[in-house]
Amino acid sequence: MEFTFTQDQMAFRDSVSRFLMTEAPPELLREIWETDAGRSPELREKIAAQGLTGLSVPEAEGGLGLGDVDWALMTQELGYYAIPDSLVDVAYIAAGMLAALPEGHAARGEWLPRIVDGSARIAVGHPINPWVADAHLADLLLLPHATAQGLELHAVPASAAQVSTQRSIDASRRLSSVQWQPGDATRIADGAAGQVLWDEALERGALCVAGQLVGLAQHMLDMTVDYAGQRKQFGKPIGAFQAVKHHLADVFTAIEFAKPVLYRAAAALATKDASTSARIAHAKLVCGEAALLAARKGIQVHGAMGYTWEVDLQMFMKRAWALNAAWGDRAFHQERLSAALLADQAPLGPGATFH
Amino acid sequence: MDLRYTPAQQAFRAEVRDWLRANAPKESFASYDTREGFEQHRQWEATLSSAGFSSLTWPKELGGRGSNLIEWLIFEEEYWAIDAPQRVNQNGILLFGPTMMEFGTPEQKARFLPRTARSDDMWAQGWSEPNAGSDMAAISSKAIRDGDHYVVNGQKIWSTRAVFANWLFGLFRSDPNSFRHHGLTYLLVPLDAPGITIRPIRALNGKDAFAEIFFDNVRVPVENRLGDEGQGWHVAMATAGFERGLLLRSPARYQRTAQKLVQLYRKHQATADRDPSIREAVNRAWMGAEAYTLASYHTVAKLAQGGSIGAEASTNKIFWSELDLLLHETALRILGARAELVDDAETHDWLEGFLFAQAGPIYAGSNEIQRNIIAERVLGMPKA
Repeated sequence: MEFTFTQDQMAFRDSVSRFLMTEAPPELLREIWETDAGRSPELREKIAAQGLTGLSVPEAEGGLGLGDVDWALMTQELGYYAIPDSLVDVAYIAAGMLAALPEGHAARGEWLPRIVDGSARIAVGHPINPWVADAHLADLLLLPHATAQGLELHAVPASAAQVSTQRSIDASRRLSSVQWQPGDATRIADGAAGQVLWDEALERGALCVAGQLVGLAQHMLDMTVDYAGQRKQFGKPIGAFQAVKHHLADVFTAIEFAKPVLYRAAAALATKDASTSARIAHAKLVCGEAALLAARKGIQVHGAMGYTWEVDLQMFMKRAWALNAAWGDRAFHQERLSAALLADQAPLGPGATFH
Repeated sequence: MDLRYTPAQQAFRAEVRDWLRANAPKESFASYDTREGFEQHRQWEATLSSAGFSSLTWPKELGGRGSNLIEWLIFEEEYWAIDAPQRVNQNGILLFGPTMMEFGTPEQKARFLPRTARSDDMWAQGWSEPNAGSDMAAISSKAIRDGDHYVVNGQKIWSTRAVFANWLFGLFRSDPNSFRHHGLTYLLVPLDAPGITIRPIRALNGKDAFAEIFFDNVRVPVENRLGDEGQGWHVAMATAGFERGLLLRSPARYQRTAQKLVQLYRKHQATADRDPSIREAVNRAWMGAEAYTLASYHTVAKLAQGGSIGAEASTNKIFWSELDLLLHETALRILGARAELVDDAETHDWLEGFLFAQAGPIYAGSNEIQRNIIAERVLGMPKA
């Protein structure tokens, strides 16, 4: 029993963090978000050069072959630096779906190497999300088609999809409605096989948003602690006042008790544990709460400055608000958790946590 | 990350389970806040100690089993799963024992630790005073050196089950001209010493759960001093750290309560669902217990890698005390109008737990103090 990460995993996390701190500072994000496409090909190239796009791709196909537990650390870093959706959607969720296709499947050979080298953007249109993130720039869209046997998986080239994009409160998000026609040429998994892939994609999507929400919470907390140490009123830093301290102590506590839940959920997904959906629902709910609390307390402590467009806090708050309902809103995850707790013979109580 | 128990850990779990099945009392005890119940619980501690389970993280030669913290978590899971009795000697085992191991002389350790492990001695705390609560450095009770004794005068208060205990550990001002946390000395005082008056204080549950203690020229031998004269603050802070840290409230306690809450909700779902927010509160309570468990296992793993308990002590205290309130408040909401009936078989334990939960955010360092600690020592925010 060792419920923590290896030295190697922590070292990898640290190196990703240093890389993003240098290459994806808030000033750059602000610039990118004000472009029409909302994405930076240069940043994507640098990320691919670091090997980050190939994290989930099997080693035999040129990737690093890492799993959900590694992503529980990675997504926190991506959240901390507010890296837009397309990276996780391609490198984690789409890569996971394609890598779960049978060995030798044509779609694997065509797309996995392009994920690794950073030349492909793939959008994932899971039915839990009303719109498809980053469809406007996608080379390929993974889309569902409902049949009596389950959700088929279709790989639809950009040329065969009509995309109409809407704006999000989080200016880094690009959400689209997609018009397309399913056909034999686009089907890469039938209803029975596809349903398994879509179900797994839902868990991965929710987990990946949960990790980003904790990362966002941590960044908002760090920014706010800094601000409270600099801003002076009544002749001293506002961070010296107990009312301000207690706001931020509560944010810290929420983050500290969300992270282990995230890690347990990732481990459950990695081992296909029967408790996976309940644990991921738990992670999504508490990571979202930590992020919303960090946003609320963050803007309060920043005062009027927090309500401005100019201060960076807004980018992180808006991303937290948006992601909180992505890959299943709170009601969806509350219901999933409730169903698991109230089932006959649900494994509850002392000793059930690691069984 | 390896989430499987080792064969040795599984064997330990089986051993604990078998032992508890054979030895745990079948009948429930009286409240340990009564004289009769206190004695029942004390004898149960002695039985636990005969197998080394009472103080299982202590070294074997001092009456424990030398267990690591994973084994402690396993023991607690098995213990709470069968609703075994409340633990009445936590002051001795979790607070006094580790402090004695760190600061005691060999003679003191031999004199006090085995008796404490067996619960021959039962310890009361002597920290708070009427004017020294959250501000513990305001202690004014005095212990003035007179030859090979200290002469103790003053008053301690909020000392849990001191009416029934036979020893007290506490802080006294040995330098009358000292200020704040300087000049304090940590003393071990037998509660039957001449000059001591113990007056029970009736708690919210109607029982003499705590007491105030008056010292009138009480002579305490110098050999009952733990650590050096004037170093009492340093010694006591070590104890406060243990208390707020990992061991005081094991996660299994809350997991068991959360499990019962889910069962209670299922039983009364038809009426409970008239208020749709109850279902969410049940979810939230279970999530809290599970998060506390996961955080504990995570902390234990980090400790095994060579880390130390820092902020966890304060975040844990806040988290479990608020969780305990949520668990019991939710149960009482499910029970509705019946929840006020003290003698109702289904209500009784929830109501008792609800009353005790009111104290959680106050004792062992109020949650306001914990938030200050997190803000200043972890987040590095400026001191007031």
